[in-house]
Amino acid sequence: MQNEIESDQKVNDPLSKKVNDFCMTICTVNGSGSATSNTTLLRALFHMGIPVSGKNIFPSNIKGLPTWFSIRVSDEGYLGRVAHDDIVVQMNPVTFEEDINYNIPGGVVFYADHINMQIDRDDIIVYPMPVKDLIEKAEVPRDLRDYMANMVYVGIVSQVLGIGMEYIENALLSQFKQKPSVAKSNFAVVKLAADWAQENLEKRDHYFIEPREPLSDYIMTDGNTAGALGAIYGGFQFCGWYPITPASSLAESLNTFAPKLRNDPETGKNNFAIVQAEDELAAIGMAVGAGWAGIRAMSSTSGPGISLMTEYMSLAYYAEIPLVLWDVQRVGPSTGLPTRTAQGDLNLTYFLGHGDTQQIIIIPSSVNECFEFGWKAFDIAEKFQTPVIILSDLDLGMNLWMTKRFVYPDKPMERGKILWEEDLDAFAETWGRYLDIDGDGVPYRTVMGNQHEKAPYFTRGTGHDEFGNYSEDPEDWRRVLDRIKQKFDTARDELPQPEYHFKEGAKIGLIGMGSTEPAILEAQDKLVDFGVLTDYLRVRALPFSSTVREFIAAHDRNYVLELNRDGQLHQLLIIEYCDMTDRLISLSYVDGLPMTANWIINSVNKKEKDYGTS
Amino acid sequence: MAPPNQDKTNAIGLTRSDYRGERSTLCPGCGHNTISAQIIRACYEMSIPPSKIVKFSGIGCSSKSPTYFLSQSFGFNGLHGRMPSLALGAAFGDISMKVLGVSGDGDTASIGLGQFKHLIRRNLPMVYIVENNGVYGLTKGQFSATAEKGLALKHQGENPFLPIDIAKEALIGNASFVARSFAGDPQQVRELLKAALSHRGTSVLDIISPCVSFNNREDTLHSYQWGRQHEAPLHDISYVPTRKAIILDEFIEGETKEVTFHDGSVVVLKKLEKEYDPRDKWQAMKILEEAEQNHWLVTGLIYIDPDQPNLYDYLDLTERPLNRIPSKELRPSAESLEGINKSMR
Repeated sequence: MQNEIESDQKVNDPLSKKVNDFCMTICTVNGSGSATSNTTLLRALFHMGIPVSGKNIFPSNIKGLPTWFSIRVSDEGYLGRVAHDDIVVQMNPVTFEEDINYNIPGGVVFYADHINMQIDRDDIIVYPMPVKDLIEKAEVPRDLRDYMANMVYVGIVSQVLGIGMEYIENALLSQFKQKPSVAKSNFAVVKLAADWAQENLEKRDHYFIEPREPLSDYIMTDGNTAGALGAIYGGFQFCGWYPITPASSLAESLNTFAPKLRNDPETGKNNFAIVQAEDELAAIGMAVGAGWAGIRAMSSTSGPGISLMTEYMSLAYYAEIPLVLWDVQRVGPSTGLPTRTAQGDLNLTYFLGHGDTQQIIIIPSSVNECFEFGWKAFDIAEKFQTPVIILSDLDLGMNLWMTKRFVYPDKPMERGKILWEEDLDAFAETWGRYLDIDGDGVPYRTVMGNQHEKAPYFTRGTGHDEFGNYSEDPEDWRRVLDRIKQKFDTARDELPQPEYHFKEGAKIGLIGMGSTEPAILEAQDKLVDFGVLTDYLRVRALPFSSTVREFIAAHDRNYVLELNRDGQLHQLLIIEYCDMTDRLISLSYVDGLPMTANWIINSVNKKEKDYGTS
Repeated sequence: MAPPNQDKTNAIGLTRSDYRGERSTLCPGCGHNTISAQIIRACYEMSIPPSKIVKFSGIGCSSKSPTYFLSQSFGFNGLHGRMPSLALGAAFGDISMKVLGVSGDGDTASIGLGQFKHLIRRNLPMVYIVENNGVYGLTKGQFSATAEKGLALKHQGENPFLPIDIAKEALIGNASFVARSFAGDPQQVRELLKAALSHRGTSVLDIISPCVSFNNREDTLHSYQWGRQHEAPLHDISYVPTRKAIILDEFIEGETKEVTFHDGSVVVLKKLEKEYDPRDKWQAMKILEEAEQNHWLVTGLIYIDPDQPNLYDYLDLTERPLNRIPSKELRPSAESLEGINKSMR
């Protein structure tokens, strides 16, 4: 199941009580309906005030292949992935033996007792679950039995660990808001199983759940939903998209929320359009057209779709067309691992397009930030009249996260330098579509439908001068392309700036981006125990902020942490800061799974040892 | 109809030259230039303000032509075969605009075939002109997918493949408007353009437009000579603007077929000796198949369904131009976000 990068199995002291600090993996068969059960557990823990994360490790398959769902609880708020399991809930005979190897000594296995498997380990605690008997007893209709079987483990696990039934019931009610009767019938099975466990199981393990103060500043959702909501509050007006894992749910969330939130006040009709395109070539073409026409345009896709979109993105760069493109990254090259996570599209997207192309990239690290960047991206795109790519990933986009409540945009929309009829009347200077009047590299634009006689111009991907006229003149080409580069220098310090986490006296830097944040923050804390003090900089946008240079220069060694083989962020930092390459050290890998804190700790410690400092 | 005097103005007070574009850089005598001239004339005669027209094209000789007409209109020269998606996205900016796309056979019948078919399937209101010459002109004379079997070109040898028929592809794709014409018949091109500009859906105009440089041997399908000798017009059509709301006198009752467009304008079809109803799809298929068997060039309005719902009908879209909606109307309230936060607890 989980390719071990590191050996982080730790020996549990069986006598010590472990409260709100463990990882539990539920092993089921894809398509069996276990998502509802797993989410119920996750939400119940969240309602109990315990920091919790859930990661779905699933196959590229609709039904039949193994799937795993890992729940981590941590009073300290460490919510990154861990590569071992304290508790395994086993419902899948196919992976039974292998999964149990991930149990740490002193760990726990709950298993459906109709699975006839030998458990050879004597260092773990085993609880059989009479799933079939209980389902029979619950008088569940035959066609719902497999599905309801998953509610049995919810009941037994909750009873043994101490998750109160009232939290489970609430979690079910919040999942089945529209269908309370379904919540009720699910809960009946949970309760039956919990009662059975109370009467028949003696608690022998040392894992406990205890309620905490409510996490009232937090909500629970996934990054794709958050991104879609961000777009809706950012005033998106057009989305062209094509289905692809793991990005599909972003556009689908637009379809869910936009019709309720975005109606014309007078007519009640939609003030946006969402079109499922025939492919990514068309999806991006539509977004380019819409962005050009002056409406807030977007698309969402993943690696293979980005490859297909390259040519139009190159045109959008050169013709200076605002649009927002979400790349919810999966593992490449090629079809790769469609249902696994990575940060491997950084180089591709930064230079997306043939010729001298450079795109603006913004990189959220949390679900909350997916919302924030979802609306901000439109302001950036229209301000600089260029595409903005938001680099998310599968871990952030598709997994449920506990995250800070969405914060309403703190400033009005920024529509950039757009001229309507009255603006052109008042415009004293000569206007040309690509004429830089303010000296910041950003020209003024008019859009289709503007009735002013000076407004129309012809947009092309071929060589053009400041007035949009076709030109093969060498001087025109140089001037226009150099001026476009200037926009990016202007943008550098106006994009989301890096975030910092300092430790007093640190001489070592950690540099990361995106969804690896929870693992890096945990590693940063735990490295202190090894005597390694680090400061952490999270890159939130490219081109890099000028403050990145100061951070690198202030640290003897900067470890660049990322989920790709070649260390792409490291490569880009080396290009940008070629005078400081000896201070930049790449630590990167990709195997499809989210980064773990232990991998960072081990890797940094090993390097530090090589440098002879610890 | 006499050609209008240059000093005259149309119903909105504009002269013909208000509809002109840059000087063409295509080869002298290129069929595409004739088509550009008819676009200018049709728009002038229909009194459409140039500011209410938006032009799109792909890549190739044909796709250069939008700069040669309607300088006072916005335009966008996109990517090879991918003008339909560009036009579709842009159309949402202001759905009151007339959308005019110019493509070629290399652009539409190869890389663009997918986008062409999907544009038709969505029935976006736009005029989609294919300037069809059976050859790649701008890369100097390779076969396109519409080149007839057996065509011999310098440097290329003989084309062994059967052609893609753009009108047939459109018809099979459930296009709501399919017409074919010939650049050497400017009057028919113009009348079909007017009909297409009034149609409330995707209007496909496959216009055989001879390439004077690379595919104009006397015996080839896309040449002037072949066209003049083999052209078999289905019917003459005249476009009558709504404001006048009259059917021309010379059309005798019983010999006309009327097709009413959604904007209220009417296309009147003059029947020749052959009974032809462009609303009969089966008949349209048959006539195209017959034409292919007999090596005819069928021109005219081959098929029309003025009632087919278009893309805007499906989307429950406001009629206000989206690109003029004030920003504050695009951002839902803070209260609504609080509701969402609450629902995610």
